[in-house]
Amino acid sequence: MKTIDEILAKYRDRSELIEILSEIQENFGYLSEENMRRIEQVLKIPLVEIYGVATFYASFKLRPAGRHTIKVCKGTACHVKKADTIQNCIEELLNVKDKETTEDGRFTLECVNCIGACAKAPNIMIDEEVFGELTKEKVEKILKDYKA
Amino acid sequence: MKKPTEVIDVEKGASELAGDRVTVGVATCGISAGAAATLSLLQEANLGMLVDPVGCSGACYNEPIVTVRKGGVFSIYSHVTRDAAGRLIECVRECKICDELFTATDLSEMEYYKKQQRLVMENCGIINPLKIEQYAARGGFAGLMEALYLEPKEVVEVVKESRLRGRGGAGFPTGMKWSFVVGKAGKKYVICNADEGDPGAFMNRIMLESDPFKVLEGVMIASYAIGADEAFIYMRLERPLSIKMVRKAISIMEEKGLLGENILGRTGFNLKIKVKRGAGAFVCGEETALMNSIMGQRGYPRPRPPFPAEKGLWDAPTVINNVDTMANVATIMKIGLDRYKKIGTEKSRGTKTVCLTGNIKRPGVIEVPFGITLGEIVYGIGGGTPDGTKLKAVQTGGPAGGCIPARLMDTPLDYETLTEAGAIMGSGGMVVMSDRDCVVDVAKYFMSFTQQESCGKCTPCREGTMRLLEILERLTEGTGTKEDIELARKLAIFVRDSSLCGLGQNAPNPILSTMRYFMDEYLRHVEEKTCPAGVCKSIIVYTITDKCIGCGNCVRVCPAGAISGKPKSKHAIDQVKCVKCGECYRNCAFKAIERNGSKN
Repeated sequence: MKTIDEILAKYRDRSELIEILSEIQENFGYLSEENMRRIEQVLKIPLVEIYGVATFYASFKLRPAGRHTIKVCKGTACHVKKADTIQNCIEELLNVKDKETTEDGRFTLECVNCIGACAKAPNIMIDEEVFGELTKEKVEKILKDYKA
Repeated sequence: MKKPTEVIDVEKGASELAGDRVTVGVATCGISAGAAATLSLLQEANLGMLVDPVGCSGACYNEPIVTVRKGGVFSIYSHVTRDAAGRLIECVRECKICDELFTATDLSEMEYYKKQQRLVMENCGIINPLKIEQYAARGGFAGLMEALYLEPKEVVEVVKESRLRGRGGAGFPTGMKWSFVVGKAGKKYVICNADEGDPGAFMNRIMLESDPFKVLEGVMIASYAIGADEAFIYMRLERPLSIKMVRKAISIMEEKGLLGENILGRTGFNLKIKVKRGAGAFVCGEETALMNSIMGQRGYPRPRPPFPAEKGLWDAPTVINNVDTMANVATIMKIGLDRYKKIGTEKSRGTKTVCLTGNIKRPGVIEVPFGITLGEIVYGIGGGTPDGTKLKAVQTGGPAGGCIPARLMDTPLDYETLTEAGAIMGSGGMVVMSDRDCVVDVAKYFMSFTQQESCGKCTPCREGTMRLLEILERLTEGTGTKEDIELARKLAIFVRDSSLCGLGQNAPNPILSTMRYFMDEYLRHVEEKTCPAGVCKSIIVYTITDKCIGCGNCVRVCPAGAISGKPKSKHAIDQVKCVKCGECYRNCAFKAIERNGSKN
């Protein structure tokens, strides 16, 4: 794992703020206040601007997330193919709601707009892997077998 | 000036494509169907022939798709999952056709492709997306070459004359957009908008995962035409594979000297293409918001004028085009105006990639000439709705679009006609709705989408979408009134006319178009407090009538265990346990189950 200063050393320009925040999040799992303050010190970007950007975009997390993120697709095709049922099923199995993390820190649940695999609706994406044509049974099996 | 063929080993690409070869489609939809496992099984099988990962041919319903060319015989196989791969491997070894998985000996034999015309997607699912040799062997970079023979101004004229219209949504003429920037002095930028955010649209993902060089070629032609030496591809975070493919494709082109300085020996043609990732904001598909995001700021839109052509990135003149538009530019330069002009209609020229999804037998990505009717797409290509259901409407254009009812399926696909019908072309998402989908629920779905994605800068959109959503929620929960419907209509028109950017201006379209064609369904939600499609669960009640003979079929199909009763006597539904899925209602052979008092 890289340290915050190693990440920041690559960047010079404030126009790269979104990339910077993305890389920090990929590395630490979320954007901590401490790390955002460090960006301010090193790159001389006002903290209010950093916080403004971090809160504008849906993918930035200000709290620690689980080891894996389950994204439930709520796109149109998934909606008409009953994505709600899939979401409810995951919520029940993991005992979490949208944007929450399981007690064991294994999964964070997130509903997202469209992951673009509409022809295989309903879909979920765990980290970067897409699972399609889901049923309750398939979801149960995927979550059970998924790496810890 | 050097030709691309001097830096790329075209012969190697051509012999790979024509020789013995197995391909596996490993774009995102293929992978979600298990194609990654299929690919590694085939690679490990030591078949003594090239095993190439390819992108998506668009027939997502058949994934995982494998093609085999051996000894001059070509065959396409469908649903080759991990379990089936072993049997296919056996057949390939024995030089036999694997009958159980066999689909066709050519794409043109499949019903799915008969009405399609593949120009932009010509390489998708055929070439290995990261083998530049194969791309060049299929005529790749010929368009760039044509452009470089011309003066930049002449390239703009060609695109103008082609009447290509922006494929991102609004359909603005691409050549005209470029001409605003031509001749302006100083730094200029090209942006390729790959922030594909419309739910139900994924043609850009397919292009970028299956043929990234074609899109990059289009970006190069655009940059050459307007004199930009820096271009950005703004990509959506939820498309991790596209991002990887584009980054790799750019580095391959840099290695070959197709990007960098004095490209192909042409003095003064310098270009750097950079990938910028978004971070999950739908509004960033709007061009002024997108530019703010590239500059590292909150993705707020701003009023236009000034348009990006005057004041774009860092106040420099900027041209922004969608992925599909860029791929079209490369195609037009390659096939020439004479051929291009013959495709499509007078006002909407060329082809359009369309994502066909929802309740349809053959979902996927298709490419059709403009002017084809919606019916030909839904029935001819898509095979109609699944058995036992009837087509109700086709939703086009995502959250900014509208629903076109089944009776208007002879509507031709073009920008003007769809707008007149109350929908829009948009990026080309087409979600098919059957009689089991409720239009009020779909309107509510889109409104909740735009309400969440409204950036909050202007009041009509921020407040208006919230109030509209509340009204729709009342309707679907059975507490709405007739006045609510009228109020929603008025408010929708107000939001449309007074919002700052395209997001708010188009947000009311789903409500307005469904009210235009399906007012009876809205009225039944308030007058009879029922949902004819059986979707709005909070207002539905299923009951069993005296017609019940106690066969027990409903007990077997009920997933919630909510039905009980003695054999051969009338059963009953436990309303607390009932999840209102409607399985009993659909499966009762004696029509003994009623929904909100109306008979099966």
